[in-house]
Amino acid sequence: MSKNKDLKVATNKNSVLASNLCHYYGSGENRKKVLDRVNINIKERELVLLKGPSGCGKTTLLTLIGALRTCQEGSLNVLSRELNGASRKTRQRLRRHIGMIFQGHNLLRCLTAEQNVQMGADLINGLTYLQRREIARKWLLEVGLEEHHKKLPNALSGGQKQRVAIARALSANPKLLLADEPTSALDSVTGREIVSLLKRLSKEQNCSVLMVTHDPRISDMADRILNMEDGKIF
Amino acid sequence: MNFLKFRKIPLAWLLLSRQPLRLLVAIAGISFAGILMFMQIGFRDGLFDTSVTIHNLLDADLVLISPRSKSSISMSGFPKRRLIQALAQNDVKSVSPVNLNYLLWRNPENLKTRSILALGFNPDDSILLDKEFSKKADLLKNPGRVLFDSLSRPEFGPVEEWFKSGRKVQTEVAGKRVLVEGLVELGPSFGADGNLITSTETYLKLFPANPKGSIEIGLVKLVANSNSQRVSQILNKSLPNDVRVLTKDEFIEFEKNYWKTSTAIGFIFSLGAFMGFVVGCVVVYQILYSDVTDHLPEYATLLAMGYRLKSLFFVVAREGFLLALFGYLPAYVSGQILYAVIRNSTKLPIIMDANKSISIFFLILVMCMGSAGIAMRKLVDADPAEIF
Repeated sequence: MSKNKDLKVATNKNSVLASNLCHYYGSGENRKKVLDRVNINIKERELVLLKGPSGCGKTTLLTLIGALRTCQEGSLNVLSRELNGASRKTRQRLRRHIGMIFQGHNLLRCLTAEQNVQMGADLINGLTYLQRREIARKWLLEVGLEEHHKKLPNALSGGQKQRVAIARALSANPKLLLADEPTSALDSVTGREIVSLLKRLSKEQNCSVLMVTHDPRISDMADRILNMEDGKIF
Repeated sequence: MNFLKFRKIPLAWLLLSRQPLRLLVAIAGISFAGILMFMQIGFRDGLFDTSVTIHNLLDADLVLISPRSKSSISMSGFPKRRLIQALAQNDVKSVSPVNLNYLLWRNPENLKTRSILALGFNPDDSILLDKEFSKKADLLKNPGRVLFDSLSRPEFGPVEEWFKSGRKVQTEVAGKRVLVEGLVELGPSFGADGNLITSTETYLKLFPANPKGSIEIGLVKLVANSNSQRVSQILNKSLPNDVRVLTKDEFIEFEKNYWKTSTAIGFIFSLGAFMGFVVGCVVVYQILYSDVTDHLPEYATLLAMGYRLKSLFFVVAREGFLLALFGYLPAYVSGQILYAVIRNSTKLPIIMDANKSISIFFLILVMCMGSAGIAMRKLVDADPAEIF
C-alpha cells in the first residue's frame, strides 16, 4: 500500500467538537433530517458512550466524525480539523488518525490476525516492514492474542476477532477511536472485558473513544454517556 | 536491507489464493487463452517461415524472377539469357539458372501420387548454402537422378528409411522413372509438402512442357564487398522489364508478403489469436470482478482505515499481474510441448522463439491488466460509510 503525506493533526483538549451539526438523507420531498443541530464535545482520553434507539442518527454521527461522509451543515471539528468543506483527500488523510472498530469486526479474511493488525500499522509513515510487524505483535500481545497471531479470522472466536479489531484500530496510533456496537455479538463477560481493554489501552495511548452501544452492561465503564433521539443529543 | 522497508503484506496474492479452486480455474482459463494464442501465432509464423525455407537456403546475393511471379507456388518463367546479360555487370561473379515447378511424385510404397516441388539446376553450380550439397549435386549428373528432401511429409513414402537402409529407391515423377541418389534437408512449407532437387537435364525430361530457354529463378552471386542493393538497382534499370531483380532479403520478403497479403491465412490465424485474447479477457474479468465484489466490505474497511482508493487499485492491478504470470507459465510450457508435437507430426518449423514468447506474455499481461482495469471500476462502489 502506498501512503499519502501525513496530515498534521494537532491535539488539543477537544478531540471532537460539533456545533449545530445537521445532516440530511434524500432530496426534494423525500429529504429527511437525520441529525438536528447536534452539539457535542469529546475531550482527550475521554470514553463517551452514545446511546439511543435504532434510526435515531447514531451511526450517521459516527460516520461524520469518522470523516466517512461529507459534512453538510453546521460545524464539525475533529482532531483540530474542520470537516465542513473538507476535501475528500483531507478526510482520507484524517482517517489515518482515527481508529475504527466495527460491529462485524470487518477483518480481512485472507490475512492472519497479525497481518490484519499490521494493515493498521502500515499506515504509519517511515517504518520498515519488520518494525510494522513488531508493532502488530506488540498489539496482539496487549490484547492477549500473541499465541493466535498466525490464525486466520475464521479460526478465531467472536471475542478474539473483536480483540484483533481493537489491536488493528490502535496499531496506527490513532488519536480518536470510534466503535460501533463492539460488544453486541459478545456475551456479557467478554463484552465487559473488551470494553475494559479498550478503555485501558485508549488511556495509555491518549486516545479519545466514542462508542455507540445499546449494551446497558457497560454503561458504568464510560466517562460520559450521551443519549440521542430523533437526531438530537440530550 | 532497503527492500525490507518497502516490503508489504502480499495482499493481492493473499486475496487471490484465499480460494485456491477459483485461482486454479482462473489460471486454467488464462493458460487456455495463452495456448490458443501460442498455437495461432505459431501457425501463422510457421506459415510465413516455411514459405521461405528454400529461399533461405539459396546461395545467392541477388535473385532474378519474372514480374508475373506471385510466389513460389505460382512462378512464371523468364528468358535464361537475362542471366547472361547480368554477367556483364562487373560486380556479378556468377549466375545459376533454376527451374522450379510442381510435379507429381508417386509414393514408392503405396503408389499414390502427390504434388512435390521440383527444383532443376546445373549440378556444377552451388545453389544451396550447404557444403555437403556440392558432393550430392555431382550425383545428379547422371540422368534420371534426384535428391529427395528427407523432411518431406510421410505421404511421399518411406524414402529416407529405404535409402538409409541401402535399398534402391526408384519411383516415378510426372510419369517418368527416377532414382533417388541422395537426401537433402529442406523442409515442407504450406505451399509444398515435399521437395526434390534434380539436374536441369532431368528436370526438362520430367517436365518437357517447360518453354525452351525459360527459367523460373536466376541466382546471382556478387564479388566480395559488393553492395547488393546498389547492384540490384543497376540490373533492374539495365535489364528488360520481363525480369525483376531482388536482393535475397527482398526475395524472402516477396514470398512472405504473398502469404500475408494475398491469402486469408495470415488474417485467419491472427483472428484466432485475437479470439484467444478475448476469451482470456472474459475469464480474467470474471475472476477479478467477482473477487472485487466478494471483498468489497474488506476494501471499504481499508478505505475507512485511511487507505487511498489508488492503493486499492494497485492491489487489483497486482492481482491482474499475478494472474498474468501464473497463467503464462503453464501456457508457455504447454506451447513448447504442442510445438514439438506439431513439428514431429507436420515437419513444420514451428518454434518457440524469444519474439513469440515475449509478445504472447505481453498480450497476456495486457489481457490481465486491462481486465483488472475494468474490474477496478467496481472498487468505486466500496463506500466506507456503509460498513458501519
